[in-house]
Amino acid sequence: MSAVDSHESENVHGHGDGHPMGEAHGSFREYLTGFLLSVVLTAIPFWLVMGDVLASKQATVLVILGFAVVQILVHMICFLHMNTRSEGGWNMLALIFTLVLVVITLAGSLWVMYHMNENMMPASAHEMRNAP
Amino acid sequence: MSNHATTTLDANEFYDSGAHHPENGTMLGFWLYLMSDCLIFAVLFATYAVVGGNYAAGPGPKDLFDLPLVALNTSFLLLSSITYGFAMLEMARQRKTAVLGWLAVTGLFGAAFIGLELYEFQHLIHEGAGPQRSAFLSAFFTLVGTHGLHVTFGIVWLITLMTQVQKHGLTAANIRRLGCLSLFWHFLDVIWIGVFTFVYLMGVLR
Repeated sequence: MSAVDSHESENVHGHGDGHPMGEAHGSFREYLTGFLLSVVLTAIPFWLVMGDVLASKQATVLVILGFAVVQILVHMICFLHMNTRSEGGWNMLALIFTLVLVVITLAGSLWVMYHMNENMMPASAHEMRNAP
Repeated sequence: MSNHATTTLDANEFYDSGAHHPENGTMLGFWLYLMSDCLIFAVLFATYAVVGGNYAAGPGPKDLFDLPLVALNTSFLLLSSITYGFAMLEMARQRKTAVLGWLAVTGLFGAAFIGLELYEFQHLIHEGAGPQRSAFLSAFFTLVGTHGLHVTFGIVWLITLMTQVQKHGLTAANIRRLGCLSLFWHFLDVIWIGVFTFVYLMGVLR
């Protein structure tokens, strides 16, 4: 029974070299793929901003944010070795919970503060002149 | 194999093969710590997003940020990430000297990153753009400084672990510690992706 169990778990994790920390590191190929992808995903946003490539600033912002999200995913998979199975799924669950909190924090702060600024009483010309 | 010795521990077998992965709780616990750290950075990012445009008639990102310097800094951190990966691969092969070598290279890249960041901070403060100048600069120094502080402590931890590995070899405890530091180090690189995109690149675009 226990022997069968250990064989099964080895097949699931996809390695059988018997060292105690199977999931904490990947393969050379995984690291190299992650590194090369990261170099490309970092170089393009810097080039877009420093070279003033796109005419619209809005478009540039959206594109570089997209590149950042993709690069974070690449790091998560290739460097942090995230998958749905590590630690019996609890790693992924904690990550999802954290992401929900991060989205609420960021979106909520921006939303509330943007509308607060919009609804501020406009400063008069007199106040503007005497602003500190 | 040692599974037979632990057959009495039914709980271990129920959740995961205890013999295969004996340090079950540590990695999950460390991951939870990283997630709480992630929340700290989320709050600092939110603060920067809200007050990042309040220059108090002082200098803005366009006047202050030097993108080639940031690109160089980013490459240092990325290189340190892959050299740490190489250290982990050598650890799996139980090659102590190679592990120590790659860890040293990682530490040097980390130190170069911190050095450049301190140079940038010192330059900004010298120009009169210190953290007291405006809400934008306070938020900037807090966010980037907190990340830099994390990297600094990562380097301290790295040096400590190098001494441990040198002294005791690649024991199970040291392998576990190297695994935790690996998560920490790569996590800091993930945060830096947010910093260079959101603070530097989008700041210059603003």
